[in-house]
Amino acid sequence: MTQPITGAQMVVQALKDQGVDVVFGYPGGAVLPIYDEIFLQNEIKHVLVRHEQAAVHAAEGYARSTGKVGVALVTSGPGATNAVTGLTDALMDSIPIIVLSGQVPTFMIGNDAFQEADTVGITRPCTKHNWLVKETDALSGVIHEAFHVARSGRPGPVLVDIPKDVQFAAGTYTPKVKANTSRYQPKVKGDPEMLSRLAEAIATAKRPIIYSGGGVINSGPAASQLLRELVDETGFPITSTLMGLGAYPASGEKWLGMLGMHGLYEANLAMHGCDLMINIGARFDDRITGRTQDFSPNSQKAHIDIDPSSINKVIRVDMPIIGDVGHVLEDLLRIWKSQGRKTDKAALSKWWAQIDEWRAVKCLEFKNSDTVIKPQYAMQRLEALTKDRDRYICTEVGQHQMWAAQYLGFEEPNRWMTSGGLGTMGYGQPASMGVQMAHPDALVINVAGEASWLMNMQEMGTMVQYRMPVKQFILNNERLGMVRQWQELLHGERYSQSWSEALPDFVKLAEAFGAKGIQCADPKDLDDAIKEMLDHDGPVIFDCLVEKHENCFPMIPSGEPHNKMLLPNAETQNQITAPGAVLV
Amino acid sequence: MSNLKIEKGSSRRSAYDLRDPNADTIERHTLAVIVDNEAGVLARVIGLFSGRGYNIESLTVAEIDHTGHTSRITIVTTGTPAIIDQIKAQLGRIVPVHEVHDLTVEGASVERELALFKVSGEGDKRVEALRLADIFRANVVDSTLKNFTFEITGSPEKIDAFADLMRPLGLTEMARTGVAALARG
Ligand SMILES: Cc1ncc(C[n+]2csc(CCOP(=O)(O)OP(=O)(O)O)c2C)c(N)n1
Ligand SMILES: [Mg+2]
Repeated sequence: MTQPITGAQMVVQALKDQGVDVVFGYPGGAVLPIYDEIFLQNEIKHVLVRHEQAAVHAAEGYARSTGKVGVALVTSGPGATNAVTGLTDALMDSIPIIVLSGQVPTFMIGNDAFQEADTVGITRPCTKHNWLVKETDALSGVIHEAFHVARSGRPGPVLVDIPKDVQFAAGTYTPKVKANTSRYQPKVKGDPEMLSRLAEAIATAKRPIIYSGGGVINSGPAASQLLRELVDETGFPITSTLMGLGAYPASGEKWLGMLGMHGLYEANLAMHGCDLMINIGARFDDRITGRTQDFSPNSQKAHIDIDPSSINKVIRVDMPIIGDVGHVLEDLLRIWKSQGRKTDKAALSKWWAQIDEWRAVKCLEFKNSDTVIKPQYAMQRLEALTKDRDRYICTEVGQHQMWAAQYLGFEEPNRWMTSGGLGTMGYGQPASMGVQMAHPDALVINVAGEASWLMNMQEMGTMVQYRMPVKQFILNNERLGMVRQWQELLHGERYSQSWSEALPDFVKLAEAFGAKGIQCADPKDLDDAIKEMLDHDGPVIFDCLVEKHENCFPMIPSGEPHNKMLLPNAETQNQITAPGAVLV
Repeated sequence: MSNLKIEKGSSRRSAYDLRDPNADTIERHTLAVIVDNEAGVLARVIGLFSGRGYNIESLTVAEIDHTGHTSRITIVTTGTPAIIDQIKAQLGRIVPVHEVHDLTVEGASVERELALFKVSGEGDKRVEALRLADIFRANVVDSTLKNFTFEITGSPEKIDAFADLMRPLGLTEMARTGVAALARG
């Protein structure tokens, strides 16, 4: 028999057994016993954030850049409610994180005690699963199961709510290997018959496209490798969602660029005109499909997804394959090779000729300027000056996010952290802290909009305290740019509340936090300023003053199909129809 | 799996709504969901239905294995075949859910519901209520000079039919359990 230990000791022991090296958190009354245990050890590093939302986004950034489960620790009541946005964000983007929350003691639950909130009730719809632990004996088993649930199947956020008396009481520790993980075992292998059908479809396809998503990244680095092998083997063009960037290298010759609302012309037209679509770990999100009735009308569709509920949810498919991308691609390639199949080379070269015509449109071209920095130009220069380094990019939400996705190239998975499904302004800055903690020596840049960045700007303090040399690259258009763009397109240029007034002086702000501030307004100075940022060993706020009313194109106006894209310099009035206007 | 028969071409409906409401008929399905009987499990199931806008016609739940602590939730729901498929897949994602059975498609099944009816009346109406109860094999479980309380079991349709007959005879209160169902054989 092992010695009984307290619940608080169990928490720390379970985290160590799970290989956790860093926890992002914020203390309070209901988690004091756990903080005491954190104080008494050195293996797990604790990063004191300035707001619990940031702790959760930091855990997300850590998880996305490592493939491991990120951990956040918050107190009861307001600590837990502050975690809700981060949990929802992680749920939408399938990011494995665990939030440990303190709770009032079991005998006070339901009494409206000080800092009591129904945390499992509030977070039930925004977690993959959650637990309220009422007995110390059950605690460590639940934490191990929580890690298992977070990382297995379609990954996602979980929460374990731990009342304070459970943290103080002694109980028996359940080691990781003894924890019960049997009740949650999602299927990882695809149906071989369906895979054979897909192999046959690949052999006969005349206008194929691979449409990959975040599921490839979540499946692990081996899945990205297999995806590359599949592209090499077939010679098929490949596009990806915002979430899937980096699974296939941007420098690869079969790469068409991102698809979707602000995706590339060639990617969207190839999706529209294809006769075989192979969806690998994406979910036919509405940013991707546009108007579903007209979505890729003449194609046979295969869909590889580990989550059965993703299949046929939005788009009916002909070849549903439920399983883990890595396992499925491995089997598919084996079947393909063993059957000695060949693609239709003649048809493919015609298809590529068509794609090259679309590429020749050069949909990312923009009118540059000698006097003001165009945001696209800023992204191009940032790309040019950093692309040789193994760099990690986070973003906030808005136009800058789309420009980053369009103009920065990702060669490897786990290098791109952006809030896709929830579109959470304020995500990027804390996420960049999580990335930097996981990769202390790497170059980590958060491409931000000034408005988003202000939503979690308090975290500059955290970065300075822990000497995280993250670069905050703000494309400052003094506008809620994406909102302004929609108002231009949809609301007769009535810019209701979409400008950023009374902005701080970002250089002084950086200095006030003890960081370095750089401002740049002239395109001629931009390269030197970026180099200065990169050379500085410490956190930097880079205030890049850009064109204020630049629009982000290409764009599929809401409610339109893929082949109705607006290209650069498009007419911006009356582009969105009444039924499109109700959509977001 | 059903075909959605999505019409190509324009429609004035929401551009993201792929479900042509006229293309598919609404079906009624009875689902049996085997779950761990743990705190919050029913809230998870109900939250799924309300959060995603699915219908619940009736829902019953009770622990069926007191040692293994598993419960059986029987849900009667309606929707197009695509929605019903989604509901099943979504239920299957819930961690404490072990099995999801669609009794409507997995072969023949029996469905029973229990209801209690209070009927107040005098004279002929009272006699008529008793006579009809007899035909419907409803039992009298309580009686006073003014009221009968009937207990009836059967399919939901049978209970509806009994209610229709009792209404003019002084039906004052009714309690229904919702459907319990098992596959035949
Ligand atoms: C928390 C939150 N609130 C509101 C929005 C709606 N929204 C989307 S983009 C945007 C403007 C973002 O402005 P900024 O960060 O400056 O980026 P820009 O578009 O100017 O590049 C807003 C308000 C959101 N996505 N998230
Ligand atoms: Mg802005």
